[in-house]
Amino acid sequence: MIRFTHVSKAFGPKRVLEDVSLEIPDGQTTALLGYSGTGKSVALKLIVGLLEPDAGTVEVNGQVVADLSRQELMALRSTIGFVFQFAALFDSMTVFDNVALGLRQQRVPETDVTARVQASLERVGLADAAERFPSELSGGMRKRVGIARAIALEPRYILYDEPTTGLDPVTSAVIDDLMVRTKRDLGVTGVMVTHDMRSAFAVADRIAMLYQGRIHAVGTVDEIRRTDDPIVRQFIEGRP
Amino acid sequence: MSTRLDLAGVAQLGFIRRTGRWAIDASRALAMPRVWLPQVAVNMRRLGVDSIPIALFLAIFTGIVLALLASYIFTGAVPLYFVGALVAKTIMMELGPVLTGMALAGRVGANIAAELGTMKVTEQVDALETLAVDVHAYLVVPRAVAATLMFPVVTAMAIGVGVISGWITATNLLDLSTPEFFKGVRQFYQFKDIWFGLVKSASFGCAVAVMGALTGLRTQGGAEGVGRSTTRAVVLGCQAILVLDAFWALVLL
Repeated sequence: MIRFTHVSKAFGPKRVLEDVSLEIPDGQTTALLGYSGTGKSVALKLIVGLLEPDAGTVEVNGQVVADLSRQELMALRSTIGFVFQFAALFDSMTVFDNVALGLRQQRVPETDVTARVQASLERVGLADAAERFPSELSGGMRKRVGIARAIALEPRYILYDEPTTGLDPVTSAVIDDLMVRTKRDLGVTGVMVTHDMRSAFAVADRIAMLYQGRIHAVGTVDEIRRTDDPIVRQFIEGRP
Repeated sequence: MSTRLDLAGVAQLGFIRRTGRWAIDASRALAMPRVWLPQVAVNMRRLGVDSIPIALFLAIFTGIVLALLASYIFTGAVPLYFVGALVAKTIMMELGPVLTGMALAGRVGANIAAELGTMKVTEQVDALETLAVDVHAYLVVPRAVAATLMFPVVTAMAIGVGVISGWITATNLLDLSTPEFFKGVRQFYQFKDIWFGLVKSASFGCAVAVMGALTGLRTQGGAEGVGRSTTRAVVLGCQAILVLDAFWALVLL
């Protein structure tokens, strides 16, 4: 389980998260919704220790992330896959090496690395792109490689940062389907940051909405769909 | 007044904290040869071998100017074979390492800062962190080791070419024969002249690479931030070279 307890985070004078408390249960995908700049991506980075909260705690599996030693943090990170908004693939490496890097870091034998990379690329439908470089891929393919890189580690958690942003509707649907299958087949807990409502309804089991740095609403997809809360309704319906 | 002192104190504390943190990161990264060693060779080629043309270009013209300058200064006062002594000694001990260092600070420092800065703003550095890769061991150490090893090699080649170009200038444009030129070179030559220059250039290489890498990793913003980091890396690299040059002169001469 991932748990935020009274978490606050500011960058200079800009307060991004204020007293955020949220539980993300295991085995489900939780979508974190909110307007741009409301701290959704910051929340994800707090989970993997890329940022530290100014106040409050973020716990993963009962471990307070900010209190972990460097080695413990590295061990925790090897259980979390992170899919970045713009994929963050390493330009100088082929797709194969991008996916293999985390495995090699964990000293997985090279024969197993090859098998796991190929399996991950097959899962995202890019088995034939292993020798290509990121600059030769479309936006959707880059995101799929990002997902392959995350699932190759056989993580317990996968964090998706705006997985469908900038993609056409068909490619978005492909990515949504991939996220659903990843949860179903691998049993991973997912956290998905998005403002794409269609994607959130298609993929998530639970939805939490961040508004002005705080958790404004939490519930199952059906509960959020049916809510009368004017702020949530405005966001869902995309009204100005 | 007290506010100004407070700010100075905070700035000093920040500097000490950053330096301490960097020292811890560097020592931890150095202890991970499995991560950085495989990347040293490729960086030696990229940062060192690819820098040879610019270093040699600089050395050719340094040799020419030094020979002409020495002749201008010595004519009528000192025997002309001293041109060989001045050209060799100056290039070996000072101009070879420093000018090559400055040229490579521009090329290598900027290259590292731009590459790592771009990786930073496109979240590739964050991606490495999330894959449990030690960023300092993976990105900083191989570049620093490669530059420390390759700067002396490039400098040695520049010294050789600089002396040869000074010799060609002296024998073709000045009234000096080859035996006279090398008589001057030999008369004042000490083995220390060579290793002094090469030790300096190794320290320049390390400083330029570390400045470039750390500046790159602190990049914020987009393309503008990368541009700022690149400029800053070159300026800091050149400053570090001048400070180290004075340091080695104090310690070793």
